[in-house]
Amino acid sequence: MKKFEKFTAHYAVLNREDIDTDQIIPARFLKVTTRDGLGKHLFSDWRYHADGSDNESFALNCSEHRHAQILVAGANFGCGSSREHAPWALHDFGIRAVLSTSFGDIFANNALKNGVLPIQVSPEFLAHLLGTDGGTMTIDLEAQTVTRDDGISENFKIESFARYRLLHGIDEFEFLMSQSEAIARYEQINGK
Amino acid sequence: MVVPESHDTPAVLYIDLHLIHEVTSPQAFDVLRARGLTVHRPDRTVGTMDHSTPTGPRNALGKYAYADTQAESQVNKFAQNCAEFGLEMHALGEKGQGIVHVIGPERGLTQPGKTIVCGDSHTSTHGAFGALAFGIGTTEVGYVLATQCLLQRKPRTMEVRIDGALPRGVTAKDMILAIIRKIGVAGGTGHVIEYTGSAIRNMNMDQRMTVCNMSIEAGARAGMVAPDDVTFAYLHGRHASPKGHAWDEAVNAWRALCSDGDARYDRSISLDASLLEPMVTFGVDPSMGIGISEVVPSHGIPGLQDALAYMGIEPGRPLKGHPIQVAFVGSCTNSRISDIRAAADILKGRRVAEGVRCLVVPGSQQIKQEAESLGLHDVIRAAGAEWREPGCSMCIGMNGDIVPPGQYAISTSNRNFKGRQGPGSRTFLASPEMVAASAVMGVVTDPREVLP
Repeated sequence: MKKFEKFTAHYAVLNREDIDTDQIIPARFLKVTTRDGLGKHLFSDWRYHADGSDNESFALNCSEHRHAQILVAGANFGCGSSREHAPWALHDFGIRAVLSTSFGDIFANNALKNGVLPIQVSPEFLAHLLGTDGGTMTIDLEAQTVTRDDGISENFKIESFARYRLLHGIDEFEFLMSQSEAIARYEQINGK
Repeated sequence: MVVPESHDTPAVLYIDLHLIHEVTSPQAFDVLRARGLTVHRPDRTVGTMDHSTPTGPRNALGKYAYADTQAESQVNKFAQNCAEFGLEMHALGEKGQGIVHVIGPERGLTQPGKTIVCGDSHTSTHGAFGALAFGIGTTEVGYVLATQCLLQRKPRTMEVRIDGALPRGVTAKDMILAIIRKIGVAGGTGHVIEYTGSAIRNMNMDQRMTVCNMSIEAGARAGMVAPDDVTFAYLHGRHASPKGHAWDEAVNAWRALCSDGDARYDRSISLDASLLEPMVTFGVDPSMGIGISEVVPSHGIPGLQDALAYMGIEPGRPLKGHPIQVAFVGSCTNSRISDIRAAADILKGRRVAEGVRCLVVPGSQQIKQEAESLGLHDVIRAAGAEWREPGCSMCIGMNGDIVPPGQYAISTSNRNFKGRQGPGSRTFLASPEMVAASAVMGVVTDPREVLP
């Protein structure tokens, strides 16, 4: 697994609350049996008109935001369905981090497994970002800081194990597999 | 719990039951193959087909008509994966097949005290039995297949206490819609909800499942109800329930699985069931609901203007009387035998209004069979409604059962998100009673006006 390193990138703003995973990727795109190439369906019903043409008023369709690697969104981003296709689509589009005041539990959990960092910021910091039309931002997971190009900065919290394994590129799967003796012992003792 | 949590690492949590389906598992099986792994506990893994499966009848050749080749190949891939890894799987049209959250309880797989996961957010349904049940992503489906374990931090706790008796015509669905309206779509985020109070105690298992099912719509990954005699009576004699002496031992152990009388929760809210009326949603998330006698709000809700514009709804007016074109009874929220019966009781001797398409989709083959043995399918068909094969159907629209763009559907499902029931679809969430009443009248209708 790739280490999550400090990076500076462009951010785009989606000033809406409660963006559910059905908006991030509608269910009709879940009939795939692989996880690649879902970026083209990201926010499909917002990004494209019914005839398939681009909706130019959607933030990620503006030329300066097309290559955004950071998304700033209103509270409760990623609520609803557990579909991991949501972080797969974000990652395939090029998004490496999402900033909001809160996230759907299952989405945040899925995102952390796919190189998309959900960063929980304060309402004040988010309001500041939502008031801009994108910009540049530096994300430092080691220091747990996000810093905008105008110098405004904030510390963020992240679950300690998630931070550790992202910084060191440790695969959670390997960690669980390494618990096999403890699992066997548990099964034996508990008659499972 | 295999390993308790520490500051540095989450707990290694053992999973007693892993339910799988065709949509969120194929990439997990690929990971197993790539790593040369087997399924650690095939005996704790049960599969069914539900999301992408057609709900129309077989043709003369015994074939089902899939929405498209992608849906068919996803279903076929699932069958191949389950066969390759030696897993119990209930295939389309077979006796045990149905919506994953319907067949778990129905087969007695869902039991008090179990940890249950599935790659589906409505896994919270199983908490109605006093199980800790929650939805996971596909990467975690892979973890559970390979190790039967997950890494978990301890969640916060929330009590939702509902006392009082539900008035006539007011259902479990109305109760959970009222709860979500009160706490909001993120009100339960980071929490496991325990539903307590006399109104919950007086519910049957179908009703408790409806309530727990929609916990995720309030942001809570899991919702639960302490097991009691109602729970045990439901489970007694089911396929996977303990038998004989083992049953008595199990019930004794299950009785101990209630919260202490002086238990403290991180958060508590309460509701009086006797004050509720039939609920219906007007917006694009499940918290945007009103009582049938209320008017659509004009302010005070984030995203309200955008929601009303999408829905084509005027604020300040009631939803009652608003035309509908589609009525859907089904989904893991409301597709059990009591839901089908409630809809059939209202449809009996009546006709679905002209210009309205009404679908009744049972949650499982067993429910379909039970409903047919009671003659409910004849009642439903005589009213001009469609009686279909089991599956998720129009709740998520992956199988071709969709609401056309711009049309209004009144639906017993769980999500009214934009485009959820098909691109451009507009959804009113409600109880089976209100959906059936509205199907007959052609407009959003207070079910109490037509109840037998």
